[in-house]
Amino acid sequence: MAKTESGASARARARTPNGRESRLDGYDRAQLHVLLREMLVGRRFEEKTAEAYAIGKIGGFCHLYIGQEAVAIGAISALRAEDYVITAYREHVQALAKGITPRAVMAELYGRADGCSHGRGGSMHLYSAEHNFLGGWGIVGGQIPLATGVGWAIKYRGQDRVCICFMGEAAVNQGAFHESLNMAALWKLPVVFIVENNWFGMGTAWDRASALLDIAKKGGSYEMPSAVADGMDVLEMRAVVGDAVNRARADGTPTLIEAKCYRYMGHSMSDPVSGVYRTKEEVESHKTRDPIRAFIEQLREAGLLTEDELQPMDEAVRAEVDDAVAFAEASPEPSPDTLYDHVYVDTNVNGRLFFDARGRGPAAG
Amino acid sequence: MATKVHMEALSPTMEEGQLVRWLKQEGDAVSEGDILAEIETDKATMELVARGAGVLRNITLKEGGTAKVGDVIAVIAKPGEDVVSASAGAAAERKVAAASATGAAAASAGSAVATAPAPPAAPRVPAVSAAAGAPAAAKATDGDGRVKASPLAKRLASEAGIALSSVAGSGPGGRIVKADIEAAAKAAPAAQAPAVRAPAVAAVRVEGPDSEVIPHSQIRKTIAKRLATSIGPIPTFYLTIDVDMTRLVAAREQVNRRLEATGGGKASINDFILKAVAIALSRHPEVNASWGDAAITRYHRVHVGVAVAIEDGLITPVVRDADRKGIAEIAAEVRELAGRAREKKLKPEEYTGATFSVSNLGMFGIDEFTAIINPPEAGILAVGQVTDRVVAVNGQPVVRPRMRMTMSCDHRVIDGATGAKFLQTLRDYLEEPVMMLA
Amino acid sequence: MATIMYREALGQALAEEMARDPNVFLMGEEVGVYNGAYKVSKGLLDQFGPKRVMDTPITELGFAGLGVGAAMLGLRPVIEFMTFNFSILAMDQVFNSAAKVLYMSGGQFRCPIVFRGPTGAALQLSAQHSQALESTYGHFPGLKICTPGTPADAKGLLKAAIRDNDPVIVMEGELLYSLKGEVPDDEDFIVPLGVADVKREGAHVSIITHGKMIHVALQAAAQLAKGGVDAEVIDLRSLRPLDVEAILRSVHKTNRAVYLEEGWPFVGIGAQIVDIIQDEAFDYLDAPVLRVTQLDIPMPYSKNLEKATKPSAERVVDACRRVLYLKD
Repeated sequence: MAKTESGASARARARTPNGRESRLDGYDRAQLHVLLREMLVGRRFEEKTAEAYAIGKIGGFCHLYIGQEAVAIGAISALRAEDYVITAYREHVQALAKGITPRAVMAELYGRADGCSHGRGGSMHLYSAEHNFLGGWGIVGGQIPLATGVGWAIKYRGQDRVCICFMGEAAVNQGAFHESLNMAALWKLPVVFIVENNWFGMGTAWDRASALLDIAKKGGSYEMPSAVADGMDVLEMRAVVGDAVNRARADGTPTLIEAKCYRYMGHSMSDPVSGVYRTKEEVESHKTRDPIRAFIEQLREAGLLTEDELQPMDEAVRAEVDDAVAFAEASPEPSPDTLYDHVYVDTNVNGRLFFDARGRGPAAG
Repeated sequence: MATKVHMEALSPTMEEGQLVRWLKQEGDAVSEGDILAEIETDKATMELVARGAGVLRNITLKEGGTAKVGDVIAVIAKPGEDVVSASAGAAAERKVAAASATGAAAASAGSAVATAPAPPAAPRVPAVSAAAGAPAAAKATDGDGRVKASPLAKRLASEAGIALSSVAGSGPGGRIVKADIEAAAKAAPAAQAPAVRAPAVAAVRVEGPDSEVIPHSQIRKTIAKRLATSIGPIPTFYLTIDVDMTRLVAAREQVNRRLEATGGGKASINDFILKAVAIALSRHPEVNASWGDAAITRYHRVHVGVAVAIEDGLITPVVRDADRKGIAEIAAEVRELAGRAREKKLKPEEYTGATFSVSNLGMFGIDEFTAIINPPEAGILAVGQVTDRVVAVNGQPVVRPRMRMTMSCDHRVIDGATGAKFLQTLRDYLEEPVMMLA
Repeated sequence: MATIMYREALGQALAEEMARDPNVFLMGEEVGVYNGAYKVSKGLLDQFGPKRVMDTPITELGFAGLGVGAAMLGLRPVIEFMTFNFSILAMDQVFNSAAKVLYMSGGQFRCPIVFRGPTGAALQLSAQHSQALESTYGHFPGLKICTPGTPADAKGLLKAAIRDNDPVIVMEGELLYSLKGEVPDDEDFIVPLGVADVKREGAHVSIITHGKMIHVALQAAAQLAKGGVDAEVIDLRSLRPLDVEAILRSVHKTNRAVYLEEGWPFVGIGAQIVDIIQDEAFDYLDAPVLRVTQLDIPMPYSKNLEKATKPSAERVVDACRRVLYLKD
């Protein structure tokens, strides 16, 4: 998908119905439609995923991104293809935004051989070397030190690439966050740390988990630049992340960004939407700030989107997602013959590597 | 495009749901997010929500009916849109799901059937039984009669034909260990109680036209195991000689005339060969030896094993101290041992303890062959038939009775020159029998 | 050939591999300016500069993960844990990232990383600084492990580990760093993973072990020789991959074995080796396989208590005599 260029920021701005400043200047119609389409793909894909999970096609843990689309699409649109993204496990839309096809992602969710991780990873472990999408990590905060390693490698090679590291706000209290941000700031590693603060770490509200609520302030602990962005506004995400990306590309300075957003679904498919740790009314009230609806209205108001453009766009997106499901259904299951593949790179070694029946094999005394 | 309405998993453990009440009827317009029905799950009554917009059509699950999670129970489509294929697809989905389920079951049943005709394993014949009337109970058996022996000791005992029940164990709790078996093997000629062997199992006929499966008899297993043990780790080389049997044939006739006159049985060529081999071994002690882990053992006595063909294989009864016995005695002993061998009436001490073996296939018309060493011996002599051949004597072709012999040598014990010297001596004795007296 | 110390052998290995491949870099606490807590990396900072010899804050989880991330992009990090006791902080990154990324990504991302440092006890360092973690690391498929016990093995195995495309745990020993031994000069001298070494040939009993315990085994063998018992000492050198053939060859020959390790008994390395022997050499065993390990307690501080806790040559001799039925 085409990426928009880093937008200029200081020109005349229109006001949106939500009362926020608009950053429409600097984008042409086509670029804005691309952003909208990507968010629609993300939304329709996740709705389809929920349906597939509900009828047993997808198993295990499944964490949906519905409501947070603007964060991923806005942020990743600021990157070049050769830049890297690494993330946690609420990652389907991030993977799509980085360029992995809906077919490859859905097939992975279905656990089929044509999935982007060949059926090995599932929802929490999407990988694509081709798209510089580095996964897909299940331990909260586990991806953050890895991101510093990516930044290290970029610097080691003298490249001007950048790595975005997504995480939830609950990861910010993990030791790994602290260790990683210290090293990134100390050594000037080109990483943009984006904290998607959707206010709930599973069932625990942020104010019950953290002494310091203002995440951007934490950057000060490491003398690291920080910023806050409205995670429900795709263009604001695009602009704030764009600034951070430029900074990292210029001299390796990392940035900590808090993207304030909200998830409409439960933490995962096993978690209730409401009733346990938040009320239905609260969820409903946040739906009035749906980022996609807000963007559509913003574009309509500015005369940059008509119904004749929106309807076919949505239909085409739905068709693309249905096609992904059909592809996943038709993709074969991975063969049990491949169970031992990719445990090691070098298996043609002296001695025994596996200690189950396979390892015992013909060496039986 | 039509949206299928599925029975959804509304709780993590739900496998099927009962439709309590439709809140929308066929023909009603529905929007995404509308509640379509109430579903009774295993946990509670839950709401089923519309995932598409359009008209609710083709309800296939009535109120009170039950459907499995994943079943299509209705369709939401545009008015006038074709939903037959969607529902048919639904029915087909259910059929396909069912078919693949039975297909999978059939496949696994099929594979179970495919493996059935494999023959049942031969019943395990115990190598040793605590024989009735066994000598004084060894300490090795514990209260319930189990013999305690290390795995190595069991294997060694089996190979040497020693009954564990007759061995006293020196290990903890009376465990029989390797040292105990080695000691028992040295004392072998002092007779141990014979192991009672269960009769070999009859061959089992198996379904299938092209082959017949015959489970291994004990003797076949032993032959296989011992000889496989031999041919693997023993570095073996072979020496062949061609012997002029003129004088030996004449000597045999002379001896047999005398034996017949005194009422004794005749001696065969092989009996003469055994005698010659035994004397040659006594003159070449480095061939009358065995390879061991830490040392080579040279035997001071000569016990020659004689290969005898029996019904389902081969056994090698031993003529002890063959170098000290006369031809008549050797002949009688071999005849008697071979007879009992064919009746499977040999005692273990009668077919163990050889220091060298001789195998003769001359009576089958074989000119020459190589035999496999019987461990722990270091050599074996393979003897072919005596037959007239044209040879050169003083540059002239003449016809002589000739015989070829091939010796297999364990190179760890016998090297080329040693083996060759032994065979030179042996040939000397066979070509000039009177030299056996020298 | 040169006679050098174990630490120098490791240092040479690092220098040679870093000169050979610009993707190799060393990272850890005190590896640079301090020249290494145990002087393994002495002189490397001067030779290669701070990009390639990097001092870290005390942040094991962080820099272990940094190494894995860099390895995913094709660099070949050597991450030093000052001791493997501290690696416990980093285990999330070693087990959940390094050992699994190749598998979870369906083969797309490799992790050609080396984690190295000393394992096991030294002298009176107390409970938290004396742990042998071989069996913990050995448990996870996706990792390879080696345990050099001599200077030559240290150099050869570290070079092999760095060249290996999988994550390799190289477990050294603090008490080994000053040990001297002959080491080949050849820059391509490699000790391949998965190949054991017969440190002493013998016929009567197999003492099988790894790491610094080979020296205890050799002491025990010398004592046994005085009593006429000829012990064979097998140094596994590599735990995963494991030279099973060497173990079986020895047991076939001697019919009895003792496993010696400095770790604890429960699910120690010896437990796995005994399983292999009883399964695959059953008919060759004349006695049960015995094990000599650290006592099943945290390591105490007092000199006499520590000595009693660690495995000793006496306990190895005792076990050997028992499997030979030379004592009850």
